Amino acid sequence: MSVAPPLLAVEGLSKSYGGIHAVRGVSFSLRAGEILALIGPNGAGKSTCFDMLNGQNKPDTGHVRLLGEETTGKRPREIWRLGVGRTFQITATFATMTVRENVQVALISHGNQLFNLFGSAPNFDRGEAGRLLELVGMGGYADRPCGELAYGDLKRLELAVALANQPKLLLMDEPTAGMAPRERVDLMRLTAQIAREKSIGVLFTEHDMDVVFEHADRIIVLNRGTLIAEGSPAEVRSNPQVQAVYLGEGLLYDAEHREGAST
Amino acid sequence: MAFYVVQFLTGLASAASLFLVASGLSIIFGVTRIVNFAHGAFYMIGAYIAFTLTEQLSGALGFWGGIVVAAFAVALIGVIVEMVLLRRIYHAPELFQLLATFGLTLMVEDLVVLIWGPDDLVGRRAPGFKGAVDFFGQNIPSYDLFLIVLGPVVLGILWLLFQRTRWGVLVRAATQDRDMVAALGVNQKWLFTSVFAVGVFLAALGGALQIPRDAVHHAMDLRIIVEVFVVVVIGGLGSIVGAFVAAVLVSELNAFGILIFPKISIILVFLVMAVVLIVRPWGLFGKPEAAARKTPGLTVDPWRPLTSNERLAALAALVIAAMLPLFAGNYVLTVGSEIAIFVIFAVSLHFLMSVGGLASFGHAAYFGLGAYGVAFLAKMAGLPMVVCLLLGPLLGCMGAAVFGFFAVQLSGVYFAMLTLAFAQIVWSIAFQWVSVTGGDNGILGVWPSSWAARPSHFYWLALGVAALVTAALRAMVFSPFGYALRATRDSPLRSEAVGINAKRIQWTAFVIAGTTAGIGGALFAYLKGSVFPDNLGISLSVDALVMVLLGGVETVSGAVIGAIVYKALNIWLVSQTDLSKLVLGGFIVLIVVVFPKGIVGMLEMLAQRRRKSSPPGSPLLAKPIESAE
Amino acid sequence: MRARDYFVGAAFALLAGGMAHSAMAQEIKIGEINSYSLLPAFTEPYRKGWQLAVEQVNAAGGINGKKLVVVSKDDGGKPADAQTAANELVSSEGVAMLTGTFLSNIGLAVSDFANQKKVFFLAAEPLTDAITWSKGNKYTFRLRPSNYMQAAMLVEAASKLPAKRWATIAPNYEYGQSAVAVFKKLMSEKRPDIQWVDEQWPPQGKIDAGPVVQAVAAANPEAILNVTFGADLVKLVREGNTRGLFKGREVVSFLTGEPEYLDPLKDETPEGWIVTGYPWYSIKTPEHDAFLKAYQAKYNDYPRLGSIVGYQTIKAAAAILAKAGSTDPEKLIAATEGLSMPSPFGEITFRKIDHQSTLGAYVGKTALKDGKGVMVDSVYKKGSDYLPSDAEIEKLRPKD
Repeated sequence: MSVAPPLLAVEGLSKSYGGIHAVRGVSFSLRAGEILALIGPNGAGKSTCFDMLNGQNKPDTGHVRLLGEETTGKRPREIWRLGVGRTFQITATFATMTVRENVQVALISHGNQLFNLFGSAPNFDRGEAGRLLELVGMGGYADRPCGELAYGDLKRLELAVALANQPKLLLMDEPTAGMAPRERVDLMRLTAQIAREKSIGVLFTEHDMDVVFEHADRIIVLNRGTLIAEGSPAEVRSNPQVQAVYLGEGLLYDAEHREGAST
Repeated sequence: MAFYVVQFLTGLASAASLFLVASGLSIIFGVTRIVNFAHGAFYMIGAYIAFTLTEQLSGALGFWGGIVVAAFAVALIGVIVEMVLLRRIYHAPELFQLLATFGLTLMVEDLVVLIWGPDDLVGRRAPGFKGAVDFFGQNIPSYDLFLIVLGPVVLGILWLLFQRTRWGVLVRAATQDRDMVAALGVNQKWLFTSVFAVGVFLAALGGALQIPRDAVHHAMDLRIIVEVFVVVVIGGLGSIVGAFVAAVLVSELNAFGILIFPKISIILVFLVMAVVLIVRPWGLFGKPEAAARKTPGLTVDPWRPLTSNERLAALAALVIAAMLPLFAGNYVLTVGSEIAIFVIFAVSLHFLMSVGGLASFGHAAYFGLGAYGVAFLAKMAGLPMVVCLLLGPLLGCMGAAVFGFFAVQLSGVYFAMLTLAFAQIVWSIAFQWVSVTGGDNGILGVWPSSWAARPSHFYWLALGVAALVTAALRAMVFSPFGYALRATRDSPLRSEAVGINAKRIQWTAFVIAGTTAGIGGALFAYLKGSVFPDNLGISLSVDALVMVLLGGVETVSGAVIGAIVYKALNIWLVSQTDLSKLVLGGFIVLIVVVFPKGIVGMLEMLAQRRRKSSPPGSPLLAKPIESAE
Repeated sequence: MRARDYFVGAAFALLAGGMAHSAMAQEIKIGEINSYSLLPAFTEPYRKGWQLAVEQVNAAGGINGKKLVVVSKDDGGKPADAQTAANELVSSEGVAMLTGTFLSNIGLAVSDFANQKKVFFLAAEPLTDAITWSKGNKYTFRLRPSNYMQAAMLVEAASKLPAKRWATIAPNYEYGQSAVAVFKKLMSEKRPDIQWVDEQWPPQGKIDAGPVVQAVAAANPEAILNVTFGADLVKLVREGNTRGLFKGREVVSFLTGEPEYLDPLKDETPEGWIVTGYPWYSIKTPEHDAFLKAYQAKYNDYPRLGSIVGYQTIKAAAAILAKAGSTDPEKLIAATEGLSMPSPFGEITFRKIDHQSTLGAYVGKTALKDGKGVMVDSVYKKGSDYLPSDAEIEKLRPKD
C-alpha cells in the first residue's frame, strides 16, 4: 500500500514580476487537521504564495496538489469545489444580504443549486446555515444585515461561509488583521477547535506572533520569496535566521512597520 | 494624393470639436463618477449664448470675446447646477446622478426654444477665418485649420494643468482613487465643483465654436451627447489623451469610411466602440476600474420576500387594477395597457440592474427585438397572435444571449456602454435594412386577433402578463439563482471564492432580462399595431433607466412604481402640453432632490424610521465626502 | 414668462373644453397631431396656419352651422406616442377625423391606426410615397405633394441641364433614400446618358459636412442632387461654399426653397440652385394675396410653407365635413374622393384613385437679395401634372 498523499503538497512554487522574484522555489506540505502558519515580513512573498494556492494567481513554475490532485492553474471557484474554503485579509462578504443569507449563498453553491430559478432561497438549508453560524458563535446574528456587523463578527461570518462546503482545507489570509486582541485569541481558538474536530487542515498567514505561536502546530517562514525555516513554534522561535529577520530588528509584531518603511 | 491629405485634415478638424466636448465629460466622470447626461445640454447652451453674444457684439474682438464669455457663463451655470443639485446626491446610489442630469437635459431642450425661439439660428463666420486655403487645388477652410491647431493646444493646456498644478495632481489622484484624496484631507466639495466647472467650460466652448460651422438649434445636445460618451469610453474613462486619440480615430475612420461605405456614419462610432471594448475592456488608454463601490449603495435593510399581508395587498392592488374596464373608457384602458407593458420593461431592467448590478444603457434593444420578432412572425409568416406572442420574445432572448455574452465580460460604465453600442448596432440594422424591416417607416398592421382586439381584453392581457412577469422575476430574486446573482453583485471576490461562476450567472441574468423585455416588446407591437426602429432606440433605453432609478434602484419593487409614475406622467403631460419635457424634467429633478433613494426607496426608509424610533445607524454609508470635511 | 402664460392658457383651454362638452351638438371636433416639441421650427408656422383657418371657418358660420373645434396633440416625434395621441383623440375626445403629422413614419403609424380603427385621416405634411401608394389605405388622404411629385418637378428642370455626371447627398433614412431613388429613376428615364458618380448618406441631423463635401468633390460631378434639410443643410452649404464645392456645378435640391430651410441660410444662401419651395413674396394670385394678408394681419409675421399646409389642412377638413354633412367615416371618404376646393395655391382636388391631393409646389432658383436667400423665376407646378399614370398607381396601391 502506498502512503496516502498529504492534504496539501506544494512543490517548487515560483513567481516573478518583471525580473523580481516574489516567490522562489517554495515547497511544503500540510496534513489533515494540522494548523500551519505562513509567516514572514512584509514583501516576503506571503500574499503571492497564498494567492497561488487559492487560484487567484498562477505560478510560473511549481505544483500545488490537493490530496494528490493537481490544482495548479485552476480558478479559485474550481479549487473551492475541491474542498478548499478561504477567508480574506480584508473581509469579503455580501454586504446587502443578511448574515444567514451570506452562508446560504455558499450552501446553494455547494449544493449545485446556483441556476435554480424558482426554488425558495430563504428556506434553503436553513438548518445547516444555522448550525454553521452557531459553530462560529453567530447564531444570534442570523437576521442582521451583513453591512451592520462589527469587523470581528464579519471575520467570524467569513469563517462560517468558508466552512459551508465542508472543506478539507482552510486558507486564511491574515485572519485576525484589524481585530482587537481579545477577539484575535477567540477567533483562532475557535478555528483551531473546529479544525481539530473536523480534521480540517488550516493554512494561515499572520502578523501577530502571539497568535502564531499560540495556535500553529507548525510554522513556515518566508523571506524575500524563499522559505528560510520550517518547524514547530519552538524550533522556529530559536532559529537564528528567523531571529535575524525578525528579532534582530525588534519586537515581532512591530516588524511589519519597519519592513514597510525600509522596502 | 492632395485629396487624401485634405480629407485627413478635415477629419482632424471634426476631431477637434469632438475632443473639446469629450475631454470635459471625461474629466467630470473621472473625478466625480457622474454620468453627466447634461453635458450635451451645456454644449448647446454654450452655442446659444455665444450666438446671442456674437450677434450683439461687433468686430473680431466681439466675436472671439463672445465665444469665451459664453463658455465662462455656461461654466458658471454648471457651478450652480453642481452646488445646488448634484452636491446633494453624491451619496445617492450610483447612476442616480444620471437621473438628475437627464431631468436637466429635458428642461433645457424646452427652455432654449422658449428663450431663443424655434428657428434654426445661423451665426457669424469667424473673423479672420472666413475663407479657405488652397492646397494643391483643394480647398481647406481656414477655420478648420484653426480647429486643427486648437485641439492639440487644448490638450496641451489640460496636460499642463494636470501635471504642473496642485489642482491637477489632486484631480489625477481623485480619478484613480477617490478615497485616497479624501484621506489626504482635501476639500473634496470644491475639488468636485471646480472639476465640474472646467468640464462644463470645455463643453460650452465646444458648442460656442460651432457657431461658424453649424446651425444652433434645440436638438444639438442629443446629436452630440451619445457620440461624446462613446469617444470618452473608447479613449478610456478619465483619460484626456485617450479622448483625443479616440476623437481622431473616430473622425478619421468616418472621413475615410464614407469614401468606401457612404452609409457608414450612422453606425461607425458604435462599431468602433464595440470592437475596442471587446478587445480592450477599459478603452484604449483607460485603466481597470477599482473594484470598490459596486453599484447599489449598501442597503441597511436587506431585501426580504413579501409577508403574507403584503402579498394580499399586492393581490388586492391587482384586483383593483383588473376592475378598471368596469368604469374606464377605451383611451384609459389603452394607456393602462401601455403602462403595464412598461412595467414589464422596467422590471426586466431592474432585474439586471438592481439585482445583478449591471446597468444596461441599451436595454431597449431586447424590447425592440421582441417587437420585431412579433412583427416578422405576424406579417411574414402570418402566424396567429398567440403563437407570435410566445415566439416573438425569443428574438429578444437570442439577442440577449449573443450580446450578453460579450457584455458581461465587462462591468460598470464599460458594461453600460457596450450594451449601448450593441443596442445602436441593432437599431441601425432595423433602420437600414429597409427590405426586411421597412427602415424607419417600420412594419405596419400588426394588430391583435379579435379575441384581444377590444381595449378591455388587451388591457387584461397586458395586466395579466405584467403581473405574471413581475411575480416571476420577484420570485427569482429570492430563488437560489437570485441569491447567487446578488452575491456576484455584492462581492465578485467572495462569490468566486464560494464556487460561483459570476460571468455565467450574469449572462443568465442578462438573457432572462432580455427575454422579459422581449415579452414587453411583443405586447407593445400588438398594442401599437406597428413596429419602428424607435422601439430599440436610445431614448427608450433611457426611459427604462429613468423608471428604475425613479422607483429606487435599491428596492425590489421600485421599478413597478417607477414605471407607473413615469409613464403615466409622461403620457398625461404629452397630451396636455407641448412643454412636456420642461415639466417632466422639472419633476425628475425635484424627485431627485426630495427622494434621493427613489420613490419606493424613500417610502421604505420612512417606514423603517417609523418602525425604529432612532434612525438606523449606518456607519458604512459614510462616504468619502463626509470624511473629507 | 411665456411658460406660465402657457399653463394658464392650457388650464383655461381645459376648462373651456369641459364646458364645450355640454355644448357638443353645436360643435364638430377635429383631432390634430404633430411633432410640436421635436420640430418647433416647422410646426409653429403650421400651427399658426391651421389656427387662422379655424378662425376663418368659424367666422364664416362654421360647418353647416356647427362650430369647428380642433383638438391638437404633440407626438414628441415618436410614432408610438402619436398613436397614443390618436387613440385619445378618437376614444376620449370623440373627434370626427384625424389630421396632421409631419414625419413620414408618424404619418404611416397614424394612417395604419386610422385603417384599423376605421377613422378618417387627412395626413398634412408627411412626404413618403408609401402613405398613398404601397401602404395606402381607404381611410387615409394626403395633402402635401409627395416625394415622387417633388422629384418629378425637379427632374423636369434637371433633365434640361447639360450635366452628365451626377452625385447625390441625402440623409440616411427612408425619406432621403426614396427621394434619391425616385429622382434617379425619373432622371434616367429622360436622360439615359447620365452617370451617377457618387452618393453620400450622412445620418439625418448628424452630418459631418467637411468630409462629405470633400468626398463629393473628389468624384468631380457636374451636378449634385441634395436632399438634406434643416441644420444639416446649413452645415453642408457652409462647408460647400468654403470649399468651393458648388462652384461651376449645378445643384438640384429638394425643399430648399421653403422659407423654413432657406431663411436660416441668410447671406450664405448659394445662388442658382434649382429647388422646390414656397416664394410667398413673389406669388401674385388673388387666392394667395387673401391668405397672405390675413396671415400677416393676425400674426405680424410672414408665412412659411408649414403655414400653407396647416391652413389648407383645416380648410380641406372643413370642406370635407361640410360636403359629407356627417361625421361617419364612410361618408367622409365618399365626400373627399374627387372633392375640389380652392387653396392659396389655386384649386386642388383629392384624387379618388390614390387619395393624394393635387396641391403643387413652386420650382425656381435660389438667389441672394439684400443679404437674404430668395427664390427667383418661380413657377407653380400643379400636382396633377406630376403623378404617374392611373395604371401605374393601380399596381402600386393595394386593393382596399
